[in-house]
Amino acid sequence: MTLKTSVSRRAVLAGAAAGSAALAAPAIVSAQAGTLRIGVLLPRSGLLAQAGQSCHRGALAAPRVLAELGYRVELVHVDTESNADIARTQAERLINDGAHVLTGAFDSGHTLAVAQVCEQRQVPFVVNIAAAPPITEQGLKFLVRNFQTGPQLVTNGLRLINSLIAATKIDPKRAVFLHANDTFGQAQRNAMDAIFPRTNMPFQLVESIAYDPRAQDLSVEVTRLRSLRPDLVLVVTRASDAIKLVRDMVRQRFEPMGIVSPGSPGMYDEEFYQALGPLADFHVSNLPWVNPKSAMTQALERSFATTNPGNRFAADGFNAGFTFEALLIAADAFKRAGTTSGVPLMEAIRATNLAEHVMIGGPIRFDEKGQNPNIGSACVQNRGRTPVVVLPEDAATMAPVLPMPGWQGRA
Amino acid sequence: MPFDFYVTVAVQGVLTGLVYGLMALGLSVIFGVVRVVNFAHGEFAVVAMYLAFLGFAAFGLDPILAMLPIGLGFFGLGYLLQRHLINPFVGRPEHEQFILLVGLAIVLVNGLLMLFGPDTRHANLPYGFDSYEVANVLIDKVRVYAAAAALVVAACLFAFFRWSRTGMAIRACADNLLGAAIVGLDVKHLYALTFGLGMACVGAAGALMVVLADATPMLAPAFTLLAFTIVIVGGMGSMAGALVGGILIGVSEAFASFLVAPSAKSMFSFAILIAILALRPQGLLGRKP
Repeated sequence: MTLKTSVSRRAVLAGAAAGSAALAAPAIVSAQAGTLRIGVLLPRSGLLAQAGQSCHRGALAAPRVLAELGYRVELVHVDTESNADIARTQAERLINDGAHVLTGAFDSGHTLAVAQVCEQRQVPFVVNIAAAPPITEQGLKFLVRNFQTGPQLVTNGLRLINSLIAATKIDPKRAVFLHANDTFGQAQRNAMDAIFPRTNMPFQLVESIAYDPRAQDLSVEVTRLRSLRPDLVLVVTRASDAIKLVRDMVRQRFEPMGIVSPGSPGMYDEEFYQALGPLADFHVSNLPWVNPKSAMTQALERSFATTNPGNRFAADGFNAGFTFEALLIAADAFKRAGTTSGVPLMEAIRATNLAEHVMIGGPIRFDEKGQNPNIGSACVQNRGRTPVVVLPEDAATMAPVLPMPGWQGRA
Repeated sequence: MPFDFYVTVAVQGVLTGLVYGLMALGLSVIFGVVRVVNFAHGEFAVVAMYLAFLGFAAFGLDPILAMLPIGLGFFGLGYLLQRHLINPFVGRPEHEQFILLVGLAIVLVNGLLMLFGPDTRHANLPYGFDSYEVANVLIDKVRVYAAAAALVVAACLFAFFRWSRTGMAIRACADNLLGAAIVGLDVKHLYALTFGLGMACVGAAGALMVVLADATPMLAPAFTLLAFTIVIVGGMGSMAGALVGGILIGVSEAFASFLVAPSAKSMFSFAILIAILALRPQGLLGRKP
């Protein structure tokens, strides 16, 4: 018996259409189900691992809170290994694998690398943490940043130093600015050079010192610092080099009135507390912080405790809060846009207006450059190995303490 | 600026340079006798750092004491490596040796990445925050201990090559391989011993580095480059040259950090390297070929 088959042109066309539909099925199913697939790019290993892991814990806590708010998201977590080249290739891979939005990437250099990919592929990119001004100065159409720029961090940081001096009644005459020479650190240096002369601070900035954050130790840098006899040390660090810095300050018995960050990570990270114990206390970071009075913050904290039982929200609040907000912005835009298509989704992201959120500050909105100008700052001091808001007074839970107690007097 | 700051920086540079020198000493010893350039040198140093870290984390073993078992283990490893892997390449073209050792370096770094990940590991020693004060000069206790241990290891190695019969036999191999073979020396065994001794130096230096720096696999290429710079500056094959080169690089980096810019300190090491290559290619204490 023979079976005669004939294939007509219409049948071929119909088959091709069916095949195309089958190939496109995953994206369509996701869209129909109302789920937004978000690629979360973070440096979860390598030099920036501590902060990247902290952000990651915020991302792990986010879906439950977003679900309670009526948003449906699917997160794809990717490690950039603290390497800009890997961040770029992982962004490509995420988009190839069907991510509708990318968030991240904590580091300014990594963020710029990912932004180039998103711009080429027309996929929205919501920056969680990255301060270098060029990120929103290049006319990128598929990027928004829900984080302060370097100049904003420094301006707010210096303003809070003034408040700190007034509140503690200290009288510093000299300060030195010590910063990592990576993308973020250089951006902060540029901002400091531009802004400090205009701020009429009550002390003189005698020198700025750039160091390599990958240096084996910072002993010579601290000797240089000591020779300049500053009352205040202003620092832009990461956790690993902040540890080296304090370690070498203790070894060289150098005790300034205070170590203050005008807007950088490092001194409120769990790694910092664990490595230095009581020596981690009394250092000050002036930077955006979670608003403990926000209902959404409280919901995030509850979810965080469930998803990360071994970690403290108090220490992770900054990283976890901004990472959550990046996901919130994407999810909210998807709900309004009703599509995962890049261009309309990006339009919806740019039209964001979220009054209720997690971090201190006004509603989340973006200007024409994609920058949220409404993010506030707080003065956070380490007390009992916990970051505590000490200024502004309306948000403070403790009074600031400066000069900091000597190294030798600590348990 | 008070003079004691300059003294502090010089002392920090010398102490760090001594540990660098011990690491480079291993490379110099191996090249001086076996004529094989160990391109996996920094990688082995980082393996030793991880072993010292594990010893401290698991058993509370001070890395300065851990230097002894790690050095012994590395001696055995070096001996076996030379006998079974490297020796067949000794008479072969240099590019084949290069590929072999670069391949080994890649395997080691990626093995460490698989085992420990890229995060930094630090041994938080009880005396890690202590320092000595001598006439207004503050010196880290960990740096003093590490440099003293490096000096002891280097002195033992010098004494071994100077006064022991085996050391003299190894020197004979280095001076005249054919003559050494004719008088009946077991050249393969002596080569393996030399490689083992070089590796023991690397193992000891790696264990000492843990008290000065955080361990991470990414340090390995930087250590290899550093060891090469020191050995070229001091003189390829010169044991004293390795220590002198280490101190010179340590001090130059310290003063460059102090007086110019910390972030530009490596530039000065390489400037010294270029100057030495241009003006005295055999290195400060090296012999002309």
